[in-house]
Amino acid sequence: MTIDALSGVLLIPAVSAILLAVLPGYKLTARLNVLAAFATFLTSVSFFFVQPNSGPYLLVDDLNKVFIVLTTFVGFTTALFSASYIGHEIEIGRLTPRFVRFYHAMYQVLMFGMNLALVANNIGLMWVAIELATLSTVLMVGIYRTHEALEAAWKYFILGSVGIGLALFGTILVYMAAQPVVGEGLDAMVWTVLMTRADRFDAALLNVAFVFLLLGYGTKVGLAPLHAWLPDAHAEGPTPISAVLSGLLLNVALYALLRFKMLLALNPGALAPGPLMVTMGLISCLFAAFMLYRRRDIKRMFAYSSIEHMGIIVFAFGMGGPLANFAGLLHMTMHSLTKSAIFFAVGHIAQVKGTQKIAELGGLTVTHPALGWGLVVGVVAIAGLPPLGIFMSEFLVVTSTFAREPWLATLLGVGILIALGGLFWRLSGIAFGEPRGPATPAKASYVPMFAHLAIVAMAGIYLPPALVAGFENVARLLG
Amino acid sequence: MHGLTFDIAHMLAGSLVLVSFMLLYQDRLYALLNIFALHALILAASVGWQAHAQDAPHLYVTAAIALIFKAIIIPSALHRIIKRLGIHRQIENVVGVGPTMLLGIGLVALSMVVMLRVTAGADALAREDLAFALAVVLLGLLMMVTRRNAVSQVIGFMSLENGLVLAATGARGMPLVVEISVAFSVLIAFIVIGIFLFRIRERFDTVDVQALDKFRGERR
Repeated sequence: MTIDALSGVLLIPAVSAILLAVLPGYKLTARLNVLAAFATFLTSVSFFFVQPNSGPYLLVDDLNKVFIVLTTFVGFTTALFSASYIGHEIEIGRLTPRFVRFYHAMYQVLMFGMNLALVANNIGLMWVAIELATLSTVLMVGIYRTHEALEAAWKYFILGSVGIGLALFGTILVYMAAQPVVGEGLDAMVWTVLMTRADRFDAALLNVAFVFLLLGYGTKVGLAPLHAWLPDAHAEGPTPISAVLSGLLLNVALYALLRFKMLLALNPGALAPGPLMVTMGLISCLFAAFMLYRRRDIKRMFAYSSIEHMGIIVFAFGMGGPLANFAGLLHMTMHSLTKSAIFFAVGHIAQVKGTQKIAELGGLTVTHPALGWGLVVGVVAIAGLPPLGIFMSEFLVVTSTFAREPWLATLLGVGILIALGGLFWRLSGIAFGEPRGPATPAKASYVPMFAHLAIVAMAGIYLPPALVAGFENVARLLG
Repeated sequence: MHGLTFDIAHMLAGSLVLVSFMLLYQDRLYALLNIFALHALILAASVGWQAHAQDAPHLYVTAAIALIFKAIIIPSALHRIIKRLGIHRQIENVVGVGPTMLLGIGLVALSMVVMLRVTAGADALAREDLAFALAVVLLGLLMMVTRRNAVSQVIGFMSLENGLVLAATGARGMPLVVEISVAFSVLIAFIVIGIFLFRIRERFDTVDVQALDKFRGERR
């Protein structure tokens, strides 16, 4: 394999993971982490200018370009946030330097795993990469070693492993379906080969495979009956990890699901994956919306909001068609940016106030205006109010559905409104009202948070034509 | 695929399902470990026989990994952990043995019905293997659900992975990538588990997962 941009997005995180594991000193490693993430981001942007060559193992096409750029961008901004967040954790002695070294190395391993999953041209390789990303986050979720963190990590590990096991069984079944048509060996696991021959695969086998894949990767996406790990993992790990979990890892699992959906769509005899995805998406959205009301932990609340939004996204992709797919893609991008911005704010808030409990937070806009208003803008965005980006994407999802299935659109709309109510009810207590807790100024890095919010606000008003054209193209590919 | 070759493959895969059932009702940790070692041993034999039957030498590597790693290293390491933790007492089931076994039989029937129906076109050996593999996977899941002890949950998980290896070897000509990765994942998983067992022990003085439930984030 020659060294080009494609191997760059894998080599940079891999090499820096090794470096970060051995280099001492927090200041140096935090900077190196940011630098590596930035370099990876730049490399991935170059895909738009120079199309890398795809091989039997790696692939870059129009679909995964969008995902890679989003992943590396949020990976970069989260690294920036993480530098100031971890600095504070060291100061108060919650993390020792040894663990910080481990944390930074794992952060790059996670980036490597996610990038590999996105560029993999091989269904087996993709599975391995997602497993790697999962295991690295399991280790990071448990890094504080408190009771709650251990419980969360154990639950995440067990449920994540079962999910990943079911996904492997589905992957094997896809190979079994492909093998009589494509022939034995590597070719029967290569996306580009599978896509060209999918029409002649055994439909019954593909159907069973998709059910396993939906359950397996669906666990990682956090779809409703399989979501139990998600709130704990978000609440108990370091906040930068909550940001990348919500903003990125869920997307990567979704990407795997979308690839298999495209494969099934090419086979005339196979079941339509749409209705399954629509059902699971709708259940997730409604369920999470109701759960928002009973939350007492701020990170946990936004974790449920992530389940709700992943539900909406899966719903949109399940509906299919150019418009719904476009809306799904836009919503996914907006959700990643907004949710990670919210977690950036929440991370600093939890640090200055010394608590994550909603009851002990109050009047943030008075004590910490930048953080408080940042959070308000973030929640306004995530709740789907105009004029921000998520309003537009949610509006597109609901209206495109309304034209085809009014009942489903109504249910989805109800879910979104219930979630909006829950979020605002909680927000009013946190951001306004009686100031509570310490008012010491926060040593925060506001750049990542406001950069994300600015992009989301921009997107609500004006989408660059090049972006629209790119998303439309991908939406068509998704079928 | 002729008579004897097929029969032996069939018998080995069937034994794996049988041993999965044996795992379900073991109520002592040491016995559980020994049965798991047997599980891995049969897996190794089954994969080895597949390598012979399919004339696929790379499968011998998989068989060797299963034999050395899963049948010898992991059980003996877990033995030592259990000894050091001093937890070789009884383990309790959430559901009684009777209902669990009935549920297990139901799961095996389910996997036969599902897999044999959809794989009508595939060759006989692959069909049987896949059906048995799904049964082992589901039984592993059942074990993880019914057990409260972290060690037995882990063993349930590893028996589930054994089922996946059986499925992967049954798929004729599947590249080695997957088998290595499965073994690799078990390795990483085991490291993670090892760390966790000690951490949980260090925090809770027990590996009973029920103790963990008290510390659900919501009920602080």
